[in-house]
Amino acid sequence: MSTRTSEDATLLTQPVHSAGRSIPLIDGIEKVTGRARYTADLPAAQALVGGILRSSVAHGRIVRVDTGQARAMPGVRAVITGEDCAVPYGVIPIAQNEFPLARERVRYRGEPIAAVAADDAATLQAALAAIAIEIEPLPAYFTAAAARDPGAVLLHDDKPGNLEREVEQEFGAVDAGFAASDHVREERFHYAEVTHAQMEPNATLAEWDAERGRLTLHSTTQVPYYVHLAVARCLQLDPGQIRVIKPFVGGGFGQRTETLNFEIVAALLARAAGATVMMELSREETFLTHRGRPETDIRLKIGMKQSGEITAIDCEVTQRGGAYGGYGLVTILYAGGLLHALYRIPASRYKGYRVYANLPPCGAMRGHGSVDVRHAFESLLDLMAADLGLDPFAVRRANLIVPPYRTINELQVNSYGVPECLDWVEQASGWRDRKGKLPRGRGLGMACSHYVSGSAKPVHWTGEPHATINLKLDFDGAITVLTGASDIGQGSSTLLAQVCAEVLGLGMERFRVFANDSALTPKDNGSYSSRVSFMVGNAAIVAARSLRKVFIDAAAKRLEAAPEDIEWLGESCRVVGSDRALSYPSVVAAALEDTGTLTVKGTWSTPPETHGGKFRGGAVGSSAGFSYAAQVVEVAVDDETGEVRVEKVWVAHDCGYAINPLSVEGQVQGSVWMGMGQALSEETQFHEGMALRANLLDYRVPTIVESPPIEVKIVESNDPLGPFGAKEAGEGSLSGFLPALTNAIADAIGVRMQELPATPDRVLDAIVAKRRKERLAASRAAERS
Amino acid sequence: MKRLLSITVNGRLREDAVAENTLLLDYVREALGLVGTKRGCDGGECGACTVLVDGEPRLACITLAATCAGRRIETIESLASGGAAGGRMSRLQQAFHEKLGTQCGFCTPGMIMAAEGLLRNNPEPTEADIREALSGNICRCTGYVKIIESVQAAAKGAK
Repeated sequence: MSTRTSEDATLLTQPVHSAGRSIPLIDGIEKVTGRARYTADLPAAQALVGGILRSSVAHGRIVRVDTGQARAMPGVRAVITGEDCAVPYGVIPIAQNEFPLARERVRYRGEPIAAVAADDAATLQAALAAIAIEIEPLPAYFTAAAARDPGAVLLHDDKPGNLEREVEQEFGAVDAGFAASDHVREERFHYAEVTHAQMEPNATLAEWDAERGRLTLHSTTQVPYYVHLAVARCLQLDPGQIRVIKPFVGGGFGQRTETLNFEIVAALLARAAGATVMMELSREETFLTHRGRPETDIRLKIGMKQSGEITAIDCEVTQRGGAYGGYGLVTILYAGGLLHALYRIPASRYKGYRVYANLPPCGAMRGHGSVDVRHAFESLLDLMAADLGLDPFAVRRANLIVPPYRTINELQVNSYGVPECLDWVEQASGWRDRKGKLPRGRGLGMACSHYVSGSAKPVHWTGEPHATINLKLDFDGAITVLTGASDIGQGSSTLLAQVCAEVLGLGMERFRVFANDSALTPKDNGSYSSRVSFMVGNAAIVAARSLRKVFIDAAAKRLEAAPEDIEWLGESCRVVGSDRALSYPSVVAAALEDTGTLTVKGTWSTPPETHGGKFRGGAVGSSAGFSYAAQVVEVAVDDETGEVRVEKVWVAHDCGYAINPLSVEGQVQGSVWMGMGQALSEETQFHEGMALRANLLDYRVPTIVESPPIEVKIVESNDPLGPFGAKEAGEGSLSGFLPALTNAIADAIGVRMQELPATPDRVLDAIVAKRRKERLAASRAAERS
Repeated sequence: MKRLLSITVNGRLREDAVAENTLLLDYVREALGLVGTKRGCDGGECGACTVLVDGEPRLACITLAATCAGRRIETIESLASGGAAGGRMSRLQQAFHEKLGTQCGFCTPGMIMAAEGLLRNNPEPTEADIREALSGNICRCTGYVKIIESVQAAAKGAK
């Protein structure tokens, strides 16, 4: 074999730069051609059809589940009930109180009670219909207030008052802060429950290998590792006997950040039937799986100096969490924790109540825990700015952070692009020239927002690094990135390839990403809390640098030079200042000569100073890097119909550094738009616990017709811990939309929406109430004169 | 009852025995294995199953296969299936790929087929035309901004 050492200068190349470039998704071709295989698309010709029988009672004792008739039907291969799994599950290790199939009690309409695997869909439906269920009803509670009534029956015996979690946190001298202020105002807010509505309905393909007692799962999840753990627990299998694979996943937005009942049920059915089971949930069932953002009530008080400087805040949040724990205690802690780290706040008091109710369980949803409090906060800032005669931008600028900064609740801010974000949206929207000068019914509003780039402490604390990446190099020179990071459409696989390509100076075509097969790829906690770019991105840099060192050492040996004298040029390298060079294939051959195929590893962990306070719940809200955003929304409001139309959004997002500007833009636009859905039209609705909007017509996701142009400015604050300085881009812009919208509505028609969504009926009610108040005031004034 | 269905799918004439209540979506996905067409809802809610029937966008999840007898069905798989394009992506597919008109990709086949139907009838659509043509296709990822840009780029590229 030729070493291809060369005197030929034409061998020399320039390193290719892949970071900072708008590279299309590396799996985009599969998506646009229809070749991408999602769970329901996987070949499963021999699979049985799995289905779930759900409770039609919101709260009750299960007296009898009679499966005899169903079991006797031809073509029915397995029937299971709560008797078949006595191990509870739940994503928070200390709050596991849910069974895959209800045992003894049902706590919401739609809760799984029994499941069937059958030869075909018709047999499945007949068998589900043949299962007789007797439930003795208990009083059911559909609001937090009703559930907290002292006389209420407890949903869970260990939680008095139906309080899943009560949080009390106080930092700094709160009363002194209010006393030192020039202006104090308190307001109340109410938010409807919203849900993810990701486009792909939930599905699991479960294969039971009866000979070996092994299980293989393909599932619609953001967290294959958590699914792996929960299924092992509930089926009492050694985790090593389970293989979890995440195929293409059609969105998540948080619904799939914990193991969901259908995934465990499919596994139980496969084992019971000794076969392969395909479980595809309907859209209605996907809605009933829920885990979205809870109905929330907020009372917020802010003390402010005449300058706009905040002196103290006092916030109380009540969340109607639904029937089971899920992520609930994290959500109520996030709501308090993320009051901080956007502005300087010298004193704060927070009370949070997470309440059980007889409705589908809530959980994590994009902007987890931060969205409703951010609306309340930014709304009140606007109100108080007006009270004090300040511009809304001025009141934000009076409270800016200078990094590095440690908040009073011990969150670490190392980079902070809010000033640049504010400047850009102010200028781009023409705020100074246009604010207050638009025609009747038109208005401008603004707000800021932020989010974590991954929770600095994971839910399952094992002591392992936060992220691990393996890079495999073989004879062909191709580099395979092996990762457990779950690409659910956000583009993590693309980003990881870009990061590795940048470090190695090679073109993207040298890389393949192989993700999410527990038999092959390293464990990863999953795609949630915007952790992947930051944490897995950092691990990828470490891995790629390690591979680069392998290359350089091999090249040095082959060229008989010192490693520090090797200049790495991507597709080639040379002894610096000389024309002794090697092509990339020659370096690969040199690197593999003694070892054969090789795999290098990179890991990354958050530094301890980013882990938050030592107080109870202090880790929630902690992050190694906070993203920041500001936005201006322009609306047109029809005061005859109450209809609100968003004309334009200008949003600036500080993502630290844009590894892929195109993807950052797409993520920011998607976030802002999802905030618009919550602000304008989306809400779940129940009648006696029955979901009334469990479809995509009644649950009003905005269509392309009512979706505005969203102009994005990327701000790069260069975070000292982020990969190449990057921070998250997929969540931080969401929460700012809601207050920017209602601030704009207030500007347009003088009506302040403190109950969301701002549907035409709510807006019209507010307009009518305002007119009535004005008439009353006018007639009183007339009487007095 | 099954009947013999004579139908052209992606340019090939087929004859299949199909039950009278079989949906076009189940026919293409299960009988033909063309799983690029997606089921996103319980019937007529989301547009993910959009295919072309005689060149016009239709929701395969609320169309009976039997009503398509003698017609031409086109699914997402037809757009880059060789022939004149040599297996390369169509202009719309290329634009959705390059402009990030797709994120999770689940709505994408339906979105592209609806846009394909639009561009065949109206090669130079206005933004309002695009919004109207895609109003039955829900996307949960993109906020639609880059979907509109993708369709515009494909239309422009065709000129």
